[in-house]
Formats: sequence, structure tokens, C-alpha cells
Amino acid sequence: MRRTERNERFHRWLSEGDTRLDTMLAEEYDDLTTLKHVYESDAAAAEETSRAEAEEKAREAASAPLYTAAQAHAEYDVPQRSRALYLLTALLLCAGMIAVLVFISSQLPSFGKSENPANNEVVERYVEKGMEETGPVNIVAGMILDYRAFDTLGESNVLFTAVCAVLLLLKLASSGNAPRPAAAPAETEEDLILQRITRALLPFILIFGCYVILNGHLSPGGGFSGGAVMGAGLILYYNAFGAAAAERFFTIRTFRVVSVSALSFYAVSKAYSFFTGANHLPSFITAGVPGRIFSAGLIPYLNIAVGLVVMCTMYGLFTLFRKGDI
Amino acid sequence: MEVFHLILLIFILACAVCVALTKNLVVAAVVFMGQSLALSVIWILLQSPDLAITEAAVGAGVDSLLLFAALKRVRAIDREAAGKRGEADAPNGEE
Amino acid sequence: MDWHNYEEIAAMVLFGIGFALLVLDRNLIKKNIAFAMTDSGMYLYLAAKGYISGRAAPIITDGVTEAERYINPVPAGLVLTGIVVSVASSAVMLAITVRLYRKYHTLNLDEITRLARGEE
Repeated sequence: MRRTERNERFHRWLSEGDTRLDTMLAEEYDDLTTLKHVYESDAAAAEETSRAEAEEKAREAASAPLYTAAQAHAEYDVPQRSRALYLLTALLLCAGMIAVLVFISSQLPSFGKSENPANNEVVERYVEKGMEETGPVNIVAGMILDYRAFDTLGESNVLFTAVCAVLLLLKLASSGNAPRPAAAPAETEEDLILQRITRALLPFILIFGCYVILNGHLSPGGGFSGGAVMGAGLILYYNAFGAAAAERFFTIRTFRVVSVSALSFYAVSKAYSFFTGANHLPSFITAGVPGRIFSAGLIPYLNIAVGLVVMCTMYGLFTLFRKGDI
Repeated sequence: MEVFHLILLIFILACAVCVALTKNLVVAAVVFMGQSLALSVIWILLQSPDLAITEAAVGAGVDSLLLFAALKRVRAIDREAAGKRGEADAPNGEE
Repeated sequence: MDWHNYEEIAAMVLFGIGFALLVLDRNLIKKNIAFAMTDSGMYLYLAAKGYISGRAAPIITDGVTEAERYINPVPAGLVLTGIVVSVASSAVMLAITVRLYRKYHTLNLDEITRLARGEE
């Protein structure tokens, strides 16, 4: 209620000039300090005066923020002209940026030509020596898990950190209430069609996800794709059967164990090269015959680790949004 | 193939403009999902099948599902606040 | 000057539309969608840099390992990581949006700033 009083006074001041607030305050001061009735004794009068003085001091102390609050409102309360100016400037700047970018695209080397400067000797090395040095048939998988394994380690860390951040933000929110009242209306309704179809489709989705992960070095796919497919399958299960059924096999403990062990395995197997130099130690897991599942050295196991992290992340993010807990 | 490629690119830009101009948030989320799907087909035309599988599973899958889950959470917070406001007469400032 | 780089032009326009939506719209969820759209534009541009017309996907078939038969795999590796990181950052931003909604009961950024200043 105090806020609307302050707003009203501020707007009156803004529209009628700045002497009005001073006269208002002066009137209040007069009200405070004039004694309204005659007291029986001097003691009562002195007590009344001291109380009035204390009240007036409190009111003065309380009205000092009035000026700063009014100042803050004046800084923020954007009138229509300024909003229109902001919109116009932003539109012009964005249009200008798009025009500059599109003009630049006419100066770029042609799309799809092989003499682009982007195709240099690094690419030749990766493609020609990729299969004999690292082993996989899929050159992209070999590149991101062997030649540039740090990028993938950093990316798995980013996924894990994202789940931790969302856990911090959303889990704290629902623990302050009474036991999850927001979750009860948001629970899944029992949908017969969805349940029947999920029962039929989900094994195939999970098997396809496992296939994409395990065949990451032999065909298109890899840890990210397969992990995302498996995570989407688990989300389908959650949507069809509800939180209670999903918690039977995937709890916070599962998430913790799987995610941390997969990430630690990846970190241990690739991060020792801080000490041994950019080329890793010669690995006792040989490259093998390309084209078999157990070829390509460490890459199938790293694919499995990345796939597990991505699966736990996707499923964990979704359930954090749905019920505030993993 | 060139024509198909051009049609897909124009479709992506049309989806982007549609997301920009609509006021309904559910429509924006669904059109964004469609844009991710078209983008996944473009990755195949650019000869990168890894990106196609990942974009289909992530962009048209989990990313859009997260948007829907957030919208549902927002409605659940609304309903909860309205329920509390229906019981007690004092306006509910914060949860 | 040739304007035949259709991929790059489309990617830049997509980036520009996403950026303009991020700056101009007041709704928080639309800002999240615009951020993800900006990311998509950047990935389209990067992957278009790696395409070489007439060559196949970088999966070695029939033991042919010459570099002239496959496209450039390096940008594809970068974009693969980027797509998944885009999901992660979008999820964190949506979590912040849900918390802000729980506190202020509005998705309009101007309103939230006004209420937050009013509380100080």
C-alpha cells in the first residue's frame, strides 16, 4: 500500500512542479508539530511533544528514501518516446548488420569449391592418415575423439555443468513449498494410446540409440547422436508412464554414478597428456583392423562414455523441468 | 537438387520470420521444432550425416521438449498461484 | 561480386533475424528461442564452409583414403560439439526464466526490471 502512495505523490509532483512536494512536506511537518489539544499537566504535554518529535524524525528518516526511490523510478520509468527510439535504433542496427554480412558474403570464396582456403593440409593429414593412425572408418569420429579429444572433454564437462546449474536453480525452487504442489497438476495423465505405442516403440528406440553409439566409428553417428536418441527415448517413457515408473530405474543415484564415472573415465584416459606432451603415450590398445567393432583403439569406449553422459544430461534436464527433481 | 536445397533454405527463413512475428508461445515453439527438422535435412544435403542425426535428435527433439516443459512449468506456477489466491484473499507476492 | 553463396547468405540472415528478435522482443521465452536460432545460423555457416561439391561424406568406403574424395571434416566436428552445447545453454536459460516467473509472475522483461527496481 505504501508503494501506491509514493507513486501517486511522485506523479503529482511530476505533473504540478516541484514546489508541491515541498508544500506537502511542510504541511505534514505542521501537522506533526502542532499540538492538537491542551493537556492536563506539563508532563503529559512534554511526553506528547517528545513523541511527536520522535515521530517526525522517523518520518523524515523514512522520507529520505522517497527521493532516491523517486530518482530510481525517474531513471527507469521509460516514456513512450524513448521506447520507440530504442526500437528504431535497434531495428536500424540489426538491418545494417544484416546488410553488412550479406555484402560480405559476396566477397567470400565460392561455396563448394575445392580451392577454398579452409581446405588446407590439416584436412589432408586428417583424411589420409586418419584411418591408419587412429583406426576408425568415420573420419569425423576419429577426429573429435582422437586428434581433438580435448574439445569433446570440454563439451562433456559443459553438459555436466549445465545439469548441475539447472539442478541448483530448479531443485531449490520446489523444496521450499509444501510437498510439490506444482508437480501434482503437471503430472502426466494416463493416456492409453501413448502407453501402448511407447510399449511397442521404446525397445527399438533404445536399441537404435545403442547401435548408433556403438557404431560411431564405423558409420555416421557417435556418442552425441546416440546419447541424444537414448535420452529422447527415456523422455518418451517418462511422458507415457509418469514419474513413479521412471524412478524405478533412473534415480538421482543412477544419474550420479553413471555421469561421474563416464566423465572420469574420459578425463583419465585423455587428460594425462598434460604431462606427456601433445601426442599421447603409445597406447596398448592398438588400432586394429578398420571395419570391425573392436578396432580404433580407445574410440568405442570413449563413444560409450560420451553417449552415457549425453543421455543422462538430456533426461535429467527434462525431469528437472517437469518435477523439480531427477 | 539445387531447387530442393533452395526451397529448404527459404523454408528455414520463413520459419524464423514466423517465430519472430507470432505472439503465441506454443506456436513459436512448434515452428522452431519444424525449423530444426528442415535444418536436419539440410545437413544431409551438405553431406554430413553425423550432424543430421544429432540435429534431428537434439534440435527437433530435446531442445523443443525443453521449451514445452518450461511452458508447462509456467502454467503450473500460474495455476498454483491462482489456487492459493482463491483460498486466501491476500495477494501472493512470491513463492 | 557474385551472390551465389546461398548457404552463407541464408545463414547470415538467420543469424540476423535471431539477433534482432533477441534484442527487440520483450518476452523471455521468445528470447530463448531467438538465442537458439542464432546458434543454428552460426552452425549452418560453419558447416557450409566444409562442403565441397561433388565429394562424399567423410566415411571411408572401399579403402579409398585420398583427400580428394571426401569433404572437409573439420567444420563438421566443430558443429557437432556446438549443437549439444547449444541445448545445454538453452536449458540453463530456461531454468532462469522459470525461476524469474516464479518470483515475479510475468514473462515480460520490462515488467521484471521495474518490479526488481521497485523492491530495492
